[in-house]
Amino acid sequence: MSGILEFVKGCVRQVLSGGRAYKAWMAFLLVMIGVGVVSYTHQATAGLIASNMRDDVSWAFYIGNFTFLVGVAAAAVLLVIPAYVYQWKPIKEVVVLGELLAISALVMALLFILVDMGRPDRFLHIAPLLGTPNWPASMLTWDALVLNTYLGLNLVLVLYLLFKTYRGEHYDKRIFLPLVLLSIPVSISTHTVTAFLYNGMAARPYWNASILAPRFIASAFCSGPAVMIILFQLLRKAFKFDIKDEAIWKIAELMSYAMFLNLFLLGAELFKEYYSATEHLLYTQYLWGGIGEHTVLVKYAWLSLACSVIAFLLFLVPRTRKNFLTLNIGCVLIWAGVYIEKGMGLIIPGFTPSTLGQIYEYTPTRMEWGVAGGVFGIGFLTFTILVKIAVPILVGTFRAPERAHGHAPAAGYPVP
Amino acid sequence: MTPNKSLPVVTDADAPPASPRDGVDPIGDGPLDPARRAFLRTAAAGTAVAALASCSSGVDMEDFLRKHFKELSPDELKKVLAKVEKRNQERFGKKTTVSAKGPQPGVEYGYGLDISRCVGCRRCVYACVKENNQSRTEPQIHWIQVLEMDKEHGVDLAHADLYYEADAVPRPGKFYFPVQCQQCRNPPCVKACPTQATWKEQDGIVVIDYDWCIGCRCCMSACPYGARHFNWATPNLPAEELNPDQHYLGNRPRPKGVVEKCTFCIQRVREGRYTACVEVCPVGARKFGNLLDPESEIRKVMETKRVFVFKEELATHPQFYYFYAT
Ligand code: SF4
Ligand code: SF4
Repeated sequence: MSGILEFVKGCVRQVLSGGRAYKAWMAFLLVMIGVGVVSYTHQATAGLIASNMRDDVSWAFYIGNFTFLVGVAAAAVLLVIPAYVYQWKPIKEVVVLGELLAISALVMALLFILVDMGRPDRFLHIAPLLGTPNWPASMLTWDALVLNTYLGLNLVLVLYLLFKTYRGEHYDKRIFLPLVLLSIPVSISTHTVTAFLYNGMAARPYWNASILAPRFIASAFCSGPAVMIILFQLLRKAFKFDIKDEAIWKIAELMSYAMFLNLFLLGAELFKEYYSATEHLLYTQYLWGGIGEHTVLVKYAWLSLACSVIAFLLFLVPRTRKNFLTLNIGCVLIWAGVYIEKGMGLIIPGFTPSTLGQIYEYTPTRMEWGVAGGVFGIGFLTFTILVKIAVPILVGTFRAPERAHGHAPAAGYPVP
Repeated sequence: MTPNKSLPVVTDADAPPASPRDGVDPIGDGPLDPARRAFLRTAAAGTAVAALASCSSGVDMEDFLRKHFKELSPDELKKVLAKVEKRNQERFGKKTTVSAKGPQPGVEYGYGLDISRCVGCRRCVYACVKENNQSRTEPQIHWIQVLEMDKEHGVDLAHADLYYEADAVPRPGKFYFPVQCQQCRNPPCVKACPTQATWKEQDGIVVIDYDWCIGCRCCMSACPYGARHFNWATPNLPAEELNPDQHYLGNRPRPKGVVEKCTFCIQRVREGRYTACVEVCPVGARKFGNLLDPESEIRKVMETKRVFVFKEELATHPQFYYFYAT
């Protein structure tokens, strides 16, 4: 028990210490969170009328962000599979960072659901035993279930592993591996169930296409790793954490397959809509060409496509994939492409035109940006804190006192 | 771009006839181990409530710990109703009666709408607003929406206009297509709701417990008829226009942050009266009755006219029928 207390104290010390850049970053995050709190207070008093959502477009920016972040979280499997199933060492050394990213992304995703609720004080009504969850019929109950399970799993895995490494002990394979293996299907199902949340609604033809869940997974495998690749480079600069180039290139290679799939599925969907040209075409048309003078989304749609295509080309050619400048440009582009696609391109056209054929053009208000900024602030803060604790443990500079001068283990996972 | 297109507001008062409600019969399928659930909730909620209750106004511990409507015992229900009445009194300075009268055996409501007669005057829209205590302005909530359509296109939503403004109706070349909750037999909204805050009653009315709804709006995304409306802000309801004859699952004043919808005027029809929209329609385009009664008006319509349902391909099986009488 005293060991745990010691560990917690050590963690707090780790988080509080840091150079000027670190302090400035933390201050910046706190400001973002502050803006978020102020905006949210305004929303809580006035009601969701302070957003630009209305009956015709009743889910929008918040839910778009939620969807994107679930994708980022799900992408951790792209590291977990090569690391644990194929025992590929370069990735095994960084997989824990992927899991930390998943935790932070899930925290943000859940917060976005909370800020979107009209009555967040009643959140317990959805909880098993305490409330009356509509299970198994409602997709949102499923979503709450898988997201929380995935969050719990990742937390247990990461904390267990870090604590063991901190103590200089080996993790117990019999506990660890089953949980890791379980986390693979759970992570896929988080994004699948999120897709089903939209997919299952016959009232919204734009979402009611069976290709939706595969498209979600494909785009998640582009956007999540894009964030990771950039983070890895930052971390190895900041912490002298040895992340091998091979690990990054392997992830980039996997991403190029995912991008191909993502673009192919998009093409398949566009073909079906434009060639058959039934009344369902309207929604797709609203996104890509606008309807009459209603063209708010069109520039975003094409921008997103351009980002994705350019990024795909950069990732496809081995020379640009292995050049860090072009690789990073590709990451930013793919990230932007998927963010726009999920944020603006998925949710809004689902509602436009409305079920009664009316067009209401939505753009987020400043308040919505503020609240979203706050949520991102909390997520980044979570990630920063987790990394600040995890990396020193992984590189061996933060150890239980009695072990500090013992054998110096190599970076990354203790190899059993 | 205006974020909120709205229609002219009608506020002239000719209050609907008042009649006191009696029944306080609990409805639904009966309690499901309410005691255990309540205990668990009390235990878990203690800490959470303090933080959260302060976020949205008007939350108190009693509300927070309340059970799902269907789990309330008759005694608890009585208390809950008394509380709503007390709150109405405080907020509007007016005495109200809030009933929770349940579905009557052998009754299943059906609605008929004669498209060849409807002239698009929107009287039904405003009668509904008044009867059901909807928010008048900012936000303006209408449970009935009347679409103006081109005769040459037929029922075609891509050419439908909800916000038509006309000096005189009907306009040449146009016809009118009112839409409200179709009380689906296979309601997508009920399936989508994560908390069972909305359900279908035995007499066919799809209801919402406003004190159980978490405001997630899944039901709005799922409804193919745009029949569900969210309280984006606290409803704007002038005290002098409050309809004091209320039903717990129908026209009692709603808080902000929850969803509401047409309930076939549950407070009227369970007392054997017509809905407000049927009563007000100047051309008699609206028919209402008990589908299980062969003598009812709605059954006559179904037997002698060719009826159709809206968005039939979605298999929601509405209890709301459209027909052309002429
Ligand atoms: S019309 Fe809409 S609100 Fe009414 S039952 Fe059908 S889906 Fe539900
Ligand atoms: S908004 Fe309310 S009624 Fe609608 S799905 Fe959510 S909890 Fe259920």
